[in-house]
Parts: sequence; structure tokens; C-alpha cells
Amino acid sequence: MTTVYDDPGDQVSDVPVRRIKFTINGVKKIAEVEPRLLLSHLIRRGIGLTGTHMGCDTTNCGACTVLVDGQAVKSCTMLAVQADGREISTVEGLATASELHPLQEGFREEHGLQCGFCTPGMMMAAKALLDRNPDPTEEEVRWALSGNLCRCTGYQNIVKSVLWAAEKLRSQSHG
Amino acid sequence: MFPSRFRYEAPQSLTEAIRLLREGGDEAKVLAGGQSLVPLMKLRFASPELLVDINNLPGLGYHRADPDGTLRIGALCRHVDLERSDLLRSTQPTMAAAAPLIADPIVRNRGTLVGSLCHADPQGDWASVVLALGGSVVAQGPGGRRIIRVADFVTGPFQNVLEPDEIAVEAVIPPPQGARAGGYLKLERRVGDFATVGVAVAVETSGETVIRAGIALTGVGGSTIEAAAAAGALVGQPLTARAIEQAAELAAAVARPKTDHRGSAEYKRHMVRTFVVRLLSRADPAAERAA
Repeated sequence: MTTVYDDPGDQVSDVPVRRIKFTINGVKKIAEVEPRLLLSHLIRRGIGLTGTHMGCDTTNCGACTVLVDGQAVKSCTMLAVQADGREISTVEGLATASELHPLQEGFREEHGLQCGFCTPGMMMAAKALLDRNPDPTEEEVRWALSGNLCRCTGYQNIVKSVLWAAEKLRSQSHG
Repeated sequence: MFPSRFRYEAPQSLTEAIRLLREGGDEAKVLAGGQSLVPLMKLRFASPELLVDINNLPGLGYHRADPDGTLRIGALCRHVDLERSDLLRSTQPTMAAAAPLIADPIVRNRGTLVGSLCHADPQGDWASVVLALGGSVVAQGPGGRRIIRVADFVTGPFQNVLEPDEIAVEAVIPPPQGARAGGYLKLERRVGDFATVGVAVAVETSGETVIRAGIALTGVGGSTIEAAAAAGALVGQPLTARAIEQAAELAAAVARPKTDHRGSAEYKRHMVRTFVVRLLSRADPAAERAA
């Protein structure tokens, strides 16, 4: 990976580059990052995983939500350098080569997306919820997704999708 | 968007963090949850030359009660920790009501209460809550620790009294003298928006008599507003309908709302009155028995 930095043009401030190690979707990585690089940029441009979307870029919309050590985080609001030693999961980590994740199936079954822009963030926020609470009520789903904006669906089908996935995951764990 | 260039340090000890801050002087900033600071840096409203990330400092993620009931909240205690806290649910009604209303659930995973106090946004919810509870901030610098009442801690919008080489390491809520009641109500257009109006109420009662009261207002002035006269009027009597009405009037009178896209000044002032009535009516020990 080649990284090109702007030359600050003075002798005093050398570009401060730091080496970080982290895991993304189970794969170990090493990156050299400028501290001001945001986690969202590291994921999209550095690693090329463009499933994580940038919506508002102002900590409002939740489209860039990823999991950091299992917790939902808005990746536009965390520095990449802070991912040092952490485990990151993005939407690309949900499916296996042969099978969709129940959340993805749920969004398909219940028509949980229209334009699809918010979907990766919705799924990652929902995953954090279901990891912690496998049997949420509809209200709990709504609160858990209240940091993620959707301009198309009116949320009804997103909530249904998550409840569908919760049920599937529960039946899988019982089976 | 991305921030302007800065030097980044992530010290492993508080001593080291304070040394770095001393080195950076006015150009250094502490990074805790980063849910306000990082957006500000991206918008270039803040351009610190040195960022001291305290997330690797050990032992600051706590919130716990001393044997006497004093609540202590460490600098790395996240909003989500407080939202899920049984300790808060059983002993701190005002804080327990506020925790799920801070920003949105994803922001609550990272943001911290102490950071919110330091950020001193006039629309920050925790400042009102901690003010109503008579809380303080513990600051640690090269010369040791000092305790600053939140009422004295914030000097203006986005300004606090911390020295450049001091770190706010803890927020402290004093123990109650009586039975604690209260809550926090926030009017917002949608989850995650700043409060159109927020009201924090904390009362302590002995029998039916109020022995301590705190009321503070969010989003209805250039800073968090302590409605001291309203709170003072409650002390020494039961929470009668008349006492509640009087406190609500006094609280609405000290609000300094401005008309904006969130609502008219008149509407916001009216909501202050309504919220004070609602919160105090629920706090009444007599009402609780009846229910």
C-alpha cells in the first residue's frame, strides 16, 4: 500500500506517521497512518472495503457504523490510529462465501432497504444489538437503531428485518 | 472532511499525559470519547497541535459509590455504562433518566460524561444533570488534585476553568441527605439532535418535606442555567401543587431562550414550565404512595 502525504512545507513539522496493527473481519493488518486519518477513510480507501458508507460525515447519520471490539461506532468519528490493537467488523464480514448472514437475509425477506445507502450501518448497529440481546422487542430494536437515519423506508421494514433476523438466529442456536 | 494535522500521543499513565499536556500548553487537547471533539476538528472549529488520547490510561472507566453514597464517575466511563447501570437505576433517578437521552446509542458507546462536562456545550445534557445534583469535577495537574464545583467549572460556552496541563479525571456527585427523587426531560426533534429544551430536577425529601432541591435547564440560554430560586422555593415544604407551580414559574422566568428553527422563545419557556411541573409531580413522595 502506498500512501502519499501533503508536504507541510516547513522543517519543523515532519508528517507524523504511526504504524498500527489491527484485525478487520478476522484478517490481521498493519497500516501506516497519519493520526488525522479517520477510521472510515482507513476502511474505505486504505483497505478498499467500500461497504462502509459515508453519509453525513458529521456524526449524525450512522451510515458509517462499524463494530470496534464488538461495539457499534461511527467510524467517521474515530481516528484510525485509535484502532491500534482493536478488532473491527464491517458489513463485508457478515456473510460467508456461501451464505448470507441472517441479518442480510432478513433485509431481503422483509424488504428492509430501498436505496440501500444506510443499510450497512443499520446492519452493523443491529448486529451489536442482537449480539447483546438475542430476543429484542420491537421497541428495543427501534431504540437501538435510533442513531441510524434512513431516508427511504420509514423504518418499518428495517425493524421487521431485524426482528426476522433475531428469530432466525435464535432458531439456529437452538437447532 | 478530516482534521488539520496534529501530533498524536496515547500515553499509558496519567503522569505521562499531564507531562505531555504541559509540553503542548494551550495548543494541546485531551481526547476521551471524541464524539464532540473529533467533529469539531473535522469542521476545523478546533485545530489542536497536540492531541493527548487518554483512552489507554488504566482505571478510569469506573462509576461507583463510596460507602457514604458519594458517586464517582471516571473520565473514561462511557454514556452507555451509565445507561446500563443498576447502581444509577437504584440510587440516581435524575442521572438514570438522562443517560438514555444523551445523543444517540452509537455515540453513547464512545462519549463520556466527564468529557461532556469539559466540552461545556450550552446544550449538553449532563451539565444540567450534574448541576442540579450539586456535583463537582476533579482535576489533576502536575501539582496534584483539586475539586471544582460544576457551577464554577464552566465559565462560558465551550469554556472551563481547567489549566492547560490539567485533566478532568472524575466527576463527583455528593451523597443524598434524604430520599432522592427527580428526573430529566428533554424535548428533541429527533434522537441525537440537541435539546430544544432540557430540564433536570433533583430533590431530596425527608418524610414529605423537601430538604434539598436542584433544578437546571439545557438549551434555553447561552449556558446551562441553574434555576436556584425555583429550587430554593421548594425547600422546607412538601411538594404541593402550589409549590410545584411556583417553582415552575420561577424556573421559566430564568430561562433565556431564543427563537430558532427548534421553536419560538415563548414555546421553549412554556416547555420549561411544563417539564418542571411534570418532573416535580412525579418526584412527590405522596404521589408515589398513591400510585
